[in-house]
Amino acid sequence: MSTADSPLAALWERDAVKIGVLLAGIYLAYVLVGVVLDYGVRGQLNSIATLTFYVALFALLSLALNLHWGYTGMFNIGVVGFMAVGIYVMAVVSKAPATEAAAGSVGGLGLPLWVGVLAGTVAAGLLGLLVALPALRLRADYLAIVTVAMSEMVRFTFLSGTFQRFEVGGLVIGFGGGSGLLLDFGSPVEQLFDALFLGGVYDGLVGLTGTVIENNPQPVTNGLLYGALLLGAVGLYYVVLGRLGNSPFGRVLKAIREDEDAANALGKDTKAFKTKAFVLGCALMGLGGILWYMTSGAITPNTYRPRLTFFIWIALIIGGAGSNTGSVMGGALFAALLFQGPRFLQSVVNNLVDVEAPSTFGQALAPIAGAGDLAPLGFYVIDSVRQLQLIVMGLVLIFLMHRRPEGLLGHRKEPAASVELERRPDRETPYADGGETDE
Amino acid sequence: MGVTESYSRGRELVEGNPLALVFGLLIVLLLFDLVGKLASGAVQVSSVAVLVKDGLARGLVIGLAGIGLSMTYSILNFANFAHGDYITAGAFSGWATTYLIAGGFGSSANVGSLLLVGAGGSVFGGALGISVTATPVAVVGGMVVAGGGAILLSLVIDRLVFEPIRDRDGITLLITSIGVAFALRYTIQFVFGPSKRGTTAAGGVPTLSVPVVDGTVRITAHDATLAVVAGGLMLGVHLLLQRTRLGKAMRAMADNEDLARVTGIPTERVVRFTWIIGGGLTGVAGYVFVLWKGTLGWFDGWILLLLIFAAVILGGIGSIYGAIVGGLVIGLTASLSVVWIPSSFSRASAFLMMILILVVKPTGLFSGRSTA
Repeated sequence: MSTADSPLAALWERDAVKIGVLLAGIYLAYVLVGVVLDYGVRGQLNSIATLTFYVALFALLSLALNLHWGYTGMFNIGVVGFMAVGIYVMAVVSKAPATEAAAGSVGGLGLPLWVGVLAGTVAAGLLGLLVALPALRLRADYLAIVTVAMSEMVRFTFLSGTFQRFEVGGLVIGFGGGSGLLLDFGSPVEQLFDALFLGGVYDGLVGLTGTVIENNPQPVTNGLLYGALLLGAVGLYYVVLGRLGNSPFGRVLKAIREDEDAANALGKDTKAFKTKAFVLGCALMGLGGILWYMTSGAITPNTYRPRLTFFIWIALIIGGAGSNTGSVMGGALFAALLFQGPRFLQSVVNNLVDVEAPSTFGQALAPIAGAGDLAPLGFYVIDSVRQLQLIVMGLVLIFLMHRRPEGLLGHRKEPAASVELERRPDRETPYADGGETDE
Repeated sequence: MGVTESYSRGRELVEGNPLALVFGLLIVLLLFDLVGKLASGAVQVSSVAVLVKDGLARGLVIGLAGIGLSMTYSILNFANFAHGDYITAGAFSGWATTYLIAGGFGSSANVGSLLLVGAGGSVFGGALGISVTATPVAVVGGMVVAGGGAILLSLVIDRLVFEPIRDRDGITLLITSIGVAFALRYTIQFVFGPSKRGTTAAGGVPTLSVPVVDGTVRITAHDATLAVVAGGLMLGVHLLLQRTRLGKAMRAMADNEDLARVTGIPTERVVRFTWIIGGGLTGVAGYVFVLWKGTLGWFDGWILLLLIFAAVILGGIGSIYGAIVGGLVIGLTASLSVVWIPSSFSRASAFLMMILILVVKPTGLFSGRSTA
């Protein structure tokens, strides 16, 4: 790294400072907009909680993907499949049991939440193992096609009527088919505090929120606490993956990324290393999926379309594949600017003006041709922000691949060696054979 | 071929690739099972015939669209994930034309609604009476525009997006093409709306009932159109690649780009023609697919894309005959799988087929025969 000359620059070189400054900037921008629009305390806290939720999740998932792509060079574009398996298995394990008497309802095994989380994570890892066995010996572009096909196969399975409901030992369980599953296991935050015998602390925190919000402070408190929990998870992923990357195991992974044949020739069982890294990354993606959808109240299979994978890839590429700090920053930037930003903007506009959006593009364009009235088109744009943001994301991805394929911090891609590989200072005297004078 | 030779070849196959043998045996086993089911009457011959017909039709569409993907995959060395959305874009441009012509250029419905292919339920294809026999001009016009639209789109995207980074590695191009795919897909959704619409007057299509052992198979005019159009275009591509200088240049480039350039082949021009041929076939494939199934939605291309990849990999990347055969195999697999497994897994079975091929014979059936 370049030598910093001022103390401020030296501080900036520290990764924690970089991430901290970025997050502070993002939060400040959101709070300022909230102040200008007079959101009130409740609105502000809610918007902070939502922002934290997405920042943390995209950071988590890009960290997991970075293990695959940034460290090992495995081109996995089936991330969403592992997330879906994680949350579905977790739901089936932890949902309240239902006997066949209750018509049409699908229950679960009724085990504690932490068992479900563990089971979901393990299941995602096992699916990773299943995919890794045939797929990891393939070329990168074939692996891409296999993983994306796998993620669609997972979605078909959860969507299918065959596994909608079945009976296991007197319990009616299943994946609920197209109508999905109801996550009826209550607030994970409350349960976590209770499990840690901190129920009193939780009540105290709800009371604390209650001093600034008069009615029903509990959901707001839950949102904030869950956000904090997720940030803690990001920290954990960051530390674990950072240590892993610097361990001998991680160095082999990086060697595989650079040249698999060479690593193989040095006596490393590259296939075993790749499989382990793949399975670990998939399990982390499964856990990411669980953390994302655990609090959503219900899950349906069609949420898990390939576009979620696409989101995480953009987050990783913004940050720069190969750098864990970059992954976190990319996740935060993606969540704040590209994912949550346009939706935030939409609600801002909806607050300011009474949006009467035309139902089709034609009705939006017609007034322009007639009286030059641009308002309907503007309303249509605001109303379809969710489609437009995907277009913007696609364009951002193209732009990044053209102009900055290494992302923000990809230039810091860690080398496979544990020693400094920088070029030594030039020798004073020429080499005996005259050096490279031909060029 | 002598007996000993075929024996030693068989031995090589068994020893070199035991997975292939298991895979082959599995297929033989399934065929025996099918024959057994037909003989015992558990499955009707006519219903299998209907499945085969559907599978062939789907397979032709997959194969036709797959030719373009296979060509760009081998000549430009990347898997183009935007290919599925070229299909959708071609289909929408073609169907907007068909609606416009069938709607009498605004005489029977609002021009805007016609051009947006009835977005938001403003016009219905059934109400316009669209079918290949009732409105042949509209259908042919739409087909031409679909091909032209897809050509234009793929050339513009190549010029703006892929050409500047032509020298990068395949994965960079692949990631870029995913960006193109999403931008294109959601632009289509933004303009044409998210609804899935019916496009043809299903009742008004002439149908031929062909008697089969224990029932009949209905072949509609749209089935026939699909077969004729797809077959004709495939034959055309075959002649183009084998008989013309351009075809020779393309084959040379797929084989070894540097060598082709050294020999004096204008590589950028060949690339442009690759997009033109591939794009045209893709657009027409999208159009006839919609004509055949009678519905159109912004998601159609993506659904086809993975099946097309399966077909191209199955046939061997770069081989257009491989793409065609692969398309038919994938179409038939997806269609016939419902004899054994629930229909919600028919696409999954095609993907599984692809994964098996990648494991057993990653170079595909027509391996090493680039664009020939």
